[in-house]
Amino acid sequence: MAKTDRITYLDNAATSWPKPPEVAAAMMHCLEEVGASPGRSGHRLSVEAARVVYGTREAVAELFHVADPLRVVFGANVTEMLNLVLYGLLRPGDHVITSSMEHNSVMRPLRDLERQGVEVTVVECSPTGFLDPLDVEAAVRANTVLIVLNHASNVVGTLVPVAEVGRLARRHGLLLLVDAAQTAGAYPIDMEVDSIDLLAFTGHKSLYGPMGTGGMVIGDRVDLARLKPLKRGGTGSRSEREEQPDFLPDAYESGTPNAVGLAGMSAGVRWVLSRGVQAIRDHEVMLVQQLIAGLRQIRGVVVYGGLEAKHQTATVSFNIDGVDPGAVGVRLDEEYGIMCRVGLHCAPAAHRTIGTFPAGTVRFGLSALTTGEEIDRAVTAVQEIAGRHGGRRSL
Amino acid sequence: MEDDPCEKDAVVLVYSTSHALRAEKVLREAGIACKLIPVPRHLSSDCGFCVRIRRRDVPTVLHALAATRVEFDGIHEI
Repeated sequence: MAKTDRITYLDNAATSWPKPPEVAAAMMHCLEEVGASPGRSGHRLSVEAARVVYGTREAVAELFHVADPLRVVFGANVTEMLNLVLYGLLRPGDHVITSSMEHNSVMRPLRDLERQGVEVTVVECSPTGFLDPLDVEAAVRANTVLIVLNHASNVVGTLVPVAEVGRLARRHGLLLLVDAAQTAGAYPIDMEVDSIDLLAFTGHKSLYGPMGTGGMVIGDRVDLARLKPLKRGGTGSRSEREEQPDFLPDAYESGTPNAVGLAGMSAGVRWVLSRGVQAIRDHEVMLVQQLIAGLRQIRGVVVYGGLEAKHQTATVSFNIDGVDPGAVGVRLDEEYGIMCRVGLHCAPAAHRTIGTFPAGTVRFGLSALTTGEEIDRAVTAVQEIAGRHGGRRSL
Repeated sequence: MEDDPCEKDAVVLVYSTSHALRAEKVLREAGIACKLIPVPRHLSSDCGFCVRIRRRDVPTVLHALAATRVEFDGIHEI
């Protein structure tokens, strides 16, 4: 039990921690020195707050290579953004294509929309989580309007070839919505090069911002008249009118925004940009190689996914043969101070695809701040738990 | 423009504070002097803020905003 004093945080796929110190500093500054509601009032603090929010748009635009920062809209998290697009775009009779590796943030809205008359095709991925773009193309119908894909699985980290899917989407005149919850900040994304029309992201994972922040980039192939807002209300613009503004970003940003949170997200994105996404990616690939190699040499441990660091994010799922993942998680926490996430990770479809439903897996999620020494510690812990309990049905 | 009180000004009216900040950024990057100010009382705007510029800069302002596709409501002399 003495080992628990030291925390090894490997739950970054849920939310990153610790954050770079600049993030909390920016939030404190916004809370203590800026304070006012952004763009709502004429005074200087309101302008200052609007600058904080606008600066966040600029940082995000730079990260995803978007020319116009006003095409970046903000919300509470990636789930809200995905709901915005799915409910705002799809009408009864429309057809949408998705994959069998999706998170419930996509699956639940789609299953609800299906009951309302939207046709949904779930393209099967391989047991390692790989999506074949040809299978997506084969699913296209005359009434298909949208392809929605998780850029990388939150369960096994497997990356989806978005650029290939993006090109086929354009060939067929379809929109591509990418759920970048697991990749924004950790893997290079270019809206144009990857042919992405709608890029939904969250602030609190690989962008190192606080929880309660997220957003979406809306590409210029999206017909705003067709994309209905999820909510309507005050925007600080066109106040004389009782109808929702139809321009970006106000059309999709009603109500006072989370300026303090966005100040933190902005600092997080700037931190990512200063390190360089590719440098972060290289660091994480190295750690994933180390982790996969370490776990695979433990007797009784099964590692899921493609087992190739360059084809996945810094998320690794595994099980100890015959041991409930929940029990492994408790041991890791209580005896080793290692924080991980066990179970189904809000992605039952993905676990069915990789064959781990309903028990799930143990998941390690790394970050730009994870060290090789922490990976060694985690591998040693799993080795000890497997040595003590492997082969038994339960602890 | 603060340096010369006799200089005649104009304002770019925009749709929202986000647009005002976008316009300000674009104009500064183009080397055009500008400042965010509350909309003068005799003008009406969708947004509480507008971008003050020098009248003689209006052609270059129009060019810079068009080149970057920044939408605006209009330009008024003040």
